[in-house]
Amino acid sequence: MSALSFRLPWQSQQRVLPGFGLSLGISLTFVSLVLLLPLTGLVGELKGMSLSQYWAIITEPRVVASYVTTISGAAVAAVINAAFGLLLAWVLVRYDFPGKRLLDALMDLPFALPTAVAGITLATLYSSNGWMGQLLEPLGWKVSYSWVGIALAMAFTSIPFVVRTVQPVLEDLPAEVDEAAMALGARDGVAFRRVILPHLWPALVTGTGLAFVRSLGEFGAVIFIAGNMPYETEITSLMIFVKLQEYDYAGASAIASIVLAVSLLLLLAINLWQGRFIRRLHGGR
Amino acid sequence: MQRIGDARWVRYSLISAAVAFSALFLLLPLVAIFAQAFASGWSTFIANVTEHYTLAAIGLTVLVTILTIPVNLAFGVALAWLVTRFAFPGRRLLQTLIDIPFAISPVVAGLVYLMLYGRNGWIGGWLDSHDIQLMFAWPGILMVTIFVTSPFVARELIPLMQAQGSREEEAAVTLGAKGFTLFRRVTLPNIRWALLYGVILTNARAVGEFGAVSVVSGAIRGETNTLPLHVQLLYQDYNTVGAFASAALLALIALFTLAAKALLEWRVSRQEVAA
Amino acid sequence: MIVPAFLRRTTLSLALATGVGAGMAMPAMAEERELLNSSYDIARELFATINPAFKEHWQAEHGDTLTIKQSHGGSSAQARAILQGLKADVVTYNQVTDVQVLADAGLVAEDWQSQLPNNASPYYSTTAFLVRKDNPKGIHSWEDLAADGVEIVFPNPKTSGNGRYTYLAAWGAAEQQFNGDEEKIQDFMRDFLGNVKVFDTGGRGATTTFIERGIGDVLISFESEVNNIRQEYGSDDYEVIVPPVDILAEFPVAVVEDSAERNGNLDIAEDYLTFLYTEEAQRILANFNYRVHDETVTTEFSDQFPETELFRVEDVFGSWDDAMQTHFASGGMLDQLQRR
Repeated sequence: MSALSFRLPWQSQQRVLPGFGLSLGISLTFVSLVLLLPLTGLVGELKGMSLSQYWAIITEPRVVASYVTTISGAAVAAVINAAFGLLLAWVLVRYDFPGKRLLDALMDLPFALPTAVAGITLATLYSSNGWMGQLLEPLGWKVSYSWVGIALAMAFTSIPFVVRTVQPVLEDLPAEVDEAAMALGARDGVAFRRVILPHLWPALVTGTGLAFVRSLGEFGAVIFIAGNMPYETEITSLMIFVKLQEYDYAGASAIASIVLAVSLLLLLAINLWQGRFIRRLHGGR
Repeated sequence: MQRIGDARWVRYSLISAAVAFSALFLLLPLVAIFAQAFASGWSTFIANVTEHYTLAAIGLTVLVTILTIPVNLAFGVALAWLVTRFAFPGRRLLQTLIDIPFAISPVVAGLVYLMLYGRNGWIGGWLDSHDIQLMFAWPGILMVTIFVTSPFVARELIPLMQAQGSREEEAAVTLGAKGFTLFRRVTLPNIRWALLYGVILTNARAVGEFGAVSVVSGAIRGETNTLPLHVQLLYQDYNTVGAFASAALLALIALFTLAAKALLEWRVSRQEVAA
Repeated sequence: MIVPAFLRRTTLSLALATGVGAGMAMPAMAEERELLNSSYDIARELFATINPAFKEHWQAEHGDTLTIKQSHGGSSAQARAILQGLKADVVTYNQVTDVQVLADAGLVAEDWQSQLPNNASPYYSTTAFLVRKDNPKGIHSWEDLAADGVEIVFPNPKTSGNGRYTYLAAWGAAEQQFNGDEEKIQDFMRDFLGNVKVFDTGGRGATTTFIERGIGDVLISFESEVNNIRQEYGSDDYEVIVPPVDILAEFPVAVVEDSAERNGNLDIAEDYLTFLYTEEAQRILANFNYRVHDETVTTEFSDQFPETELFRVEDVFGSWDDAMQTHFASGGMLDQLQRR
């Protein structure tokens, strides 16, 4: 294994830990073959169009309206998921109670269900004659076929991201951390904010960011509950789907490239922020 | 010694909030699915899930999942080790690149694979002239499933390994620990839960993936039809009960990993007690 | 070693790649042969009924044991798969344009529409309305659908061929009513589209919205579909209305020559499609509520299919290509009508 470690030009000091070469080799091979190579297909489609054509496609009024719907839905979903994801992770790690295993198991359900099944089921539950819809409609809450339904479906499909990202970090937090805080007589709320939360921030932000990004691209779960009215409840993935139906690969690729670029920039920002944050937490390095 | 949030009223109110939320948001849909699956009784359910094409779909879904997990496990561990234990130029970029599958809509993900390996793609054209069928056969389904689920293990490990830092491993190296022994004895015990969550998520998503698979599958019944595609087909064809029976089955397959996790937890805690 | 069924095909194709070659069509003695039919999403049960009948027919004439494999999905997604290399021997679609795409790519014969009777459409249908019990809004024709207070559900013409037929049918009916006065037709279409409550992406979603969510006064879909729905969900709660002027919806079939030749299946593929025109197959089709051409069967089922004046897309819109360009392309008529 150590035989595989090689020196790179910028490598000034000898690395203490082994496995740099091996892990770099595996990672780069995988990233280029599995992740980047297929994207050349997308680029190939875009190469055939001029900048003004590209601009015309991505700024078409109906498509722009879909950006607004998608982003606001995903934002609401992300806020719901951040709050409840944190709560669920906390309860699952810190407390013992009957049914905990079942609760833990439920967290992954949204990933396992094909998104269409999730969409159909949610639409059934929240339509005016469904179990939940019957209760909510009299209160003036219309969920199915409105932007609320879009946010709900997005929140459902992406909540595992938050729970499962925060959970291992919380599990790993040594008991001394909060015992010390409690010993100093801090109240729960204050102690949580001052002592626990700083450790959870990176995981919580990553999880929420991933959930948000996943929501931007969600299709199957949303279309069944959205109503899909032009300019009002059409999501961007639907616009891509429409282009595909018309055999317009270039148009589909153009819109997809926007979603991809926005998502990647957001994730890059989170990663950069996280790096700085961790360095601060560990007292600089 | 008391820990944060141990006060009885805090505990009870948080637990009830979590349970109430999950019941409404997660359990209710599950109940609705099972209610529909069993709408025509137990025997219809059994008849639906033991039907020839359903069994073939289960077989394909399980095969693809079983092949996906080790690939992504190896990649995830290697990548997490690389970006959390070494500083090198382009580290953040690499870390962001692995999120591509999250940033791309599953249908588009399937499509880019098709554009490369399909008949009109530059690799696909060569494959086609040599009569090698990747797309619209199980290897294609496996390829897109690996793509869609590739970030999960790495994504679980990175925040944790970052938070833990590398002091323990560095200490072990000074004491003479080497290579995989170091990883197995020092790192693995620290990351085992995160690793497990990564596998659980990979499994759940691999089992349930629809969008990307639907593009490259060709949906040949009994051959390239995965369980989620089967659900869709039955639903399209007004066989609602059959569709939801298969959906319930998917939920059960995902729960299976959770059972495995519980078993592992139990064995680990027994070992720790014994030690 | 036991090889699971889904592995065998690829293993075989890999083995072939090593040198045996693919062009081995030599129908000598009775053998086991496979045919792949790529079809639209709601035809699963239809072909599950037709296939055994064809197998029997083929075995009686040639002695071979046939396995007919089915692939179902949205018709244009299915065509895309074939363009990218899915080796289907025949296509049986519900959209002329989706077969034409294959012909344009050279996978299907250029003159496919003249190779089989009735424009290569062994059965046909039209659009029909499903209304709630006793038809409370008194809906009988396309005109009634543009009235104030009528709520309509049908799939999005942008994503569904089914939805496109509905749009074109409404337009064609309006053209006849207003003698081609473009302004009046557009006003009518604007009112008609304004009454749509939910735009599902496909026919199945629209059905769920109408039936299970209880939304809308009328669901518009293929006549065959609407009748199936009524049988499925209770014939007492819904009524089927076929408007007096309506569109002819063709269900085109074709041999994918490129792959059928490679699979050595040209003979079965051609016979399979011809079989769809036989009395036996036409009876099965009529049982699934499709209109057919066979005279005996048509007479048998005459009660089931109300008389209506059907127009072809080509008669009103020039050609499918023109209709797609003028109405459904980005910035086309549909986009203009839906503009806020």
